[in-house]
Amino acid sequence: MNETWTMILVIGAVTMGIKAAGPVALGGRELPGRLVGVVAMLAPALLAALVATQTFAGDQRLTIDERALGLAVAAVAVALRAPVLVVIVLAAAVTALARAV
Amino acid sequence: MESQAPPRAVQGHSISDGMRAAWPLAVAVGVFGISWGVLAQDAGMSLLAATLMSATTFAGSAQFAAVSIIGEGGSLGAAIVAAILLNARYGPIGLSVAPALGGSTARRFITSQLVIDESWAIANQGGGRFNSRLLIGAGLLIYFAWVAGTVAGIIGGDVLGDPERLGFDAAFPALFLSLLAPQVRERRALVVAIAGAAIALALVPFTQAGVPIIAAALACFLGLRRR
Repeated sequence: MNETWTMILVIGAVTMGIKAAGPVALGGRELPGRLVGVVAMLAPALLAALVATQTFAGDQRLTIDERALGLAVAAVAVALRAPVLVVIVLAAAVTALARAV
Repeated sequence: MESQAPPRAVQGHSISDGMRAAWPLAVAVGVFGISWGVLAQDAGMSLLAATLMSATTFAGSAQFAAVSIIGEGGSLGAAIVAAILLNARYGPIGLSVAPALGGSTARRFITSQLVIDESWAIANQGGGRFNSRLLIGAGLLIYFAWVAGTVAGIIGGDVLGDPERLGFDAAFPALFLSLLAPQVRERRALVVAIAGAAIALALVPFTQAGVPIIAAALACFLGLRRR
């Protein structure tokens, strides 16, 4: 059981530190000029990576499964400018349906 | 002028707007919280231990990974390394929201704990700007859902079944996709997004989970190039 508590405390402390590092160090100040352009591109880079891995990655391998179908429908909904809620519900519903059949 | 108007980015959004934007995600997060609670119990964790982990680490993928490794008889070191790799992305993510999080050091520390992929994405205003109230509202609601889900999973067990059967795992990439779309109308952002996705997918078969995402973040350095 000691091992579990060590895991909880170490992972908790490190994660809290990682999350707090930027905001605590920077103190609400603006980022230095050159960094602003870089950080502005962080969102497209990370969001695209999250979409890609959460759709096509499973257990250290690439896979095409029901999630891909759900995301394809979501992409169509996004292109038609559907509200975010509709996009999310459609993706989940189509994925669930594909898994059921 | 009698008083200075608040900065444009702060106007027009409240904490409850953040909650409203996050609620469908909070439902999915709550159900995953339940399934994590069930997994944690199977791995021999107590209610206190599992709840404390959800309340401090507050990062689903890292918690699932760490407890799976321990539950399958893996080493403590492997569990810790896996979780830290999965959470390393919160370094650059934290840096990106830092200008939006003001107040005392204690306040900044606490608000920074509400940063997770979903609250960060919802608070993103484009062009590297973030809205702190949307972040706090979305973060609070999802935090509550995650911790409450964990407690429910430990106490109530597997009442709702596998969240993947409900397709809830597809809800997260769908959210990220819909928040990504308005940002890639500009050519450079589109190139960066494609590069980020390509880097991440290329690394999936060869690295531990988490590494592909950190590596993809490096694509943002394309932002240094002149227009």
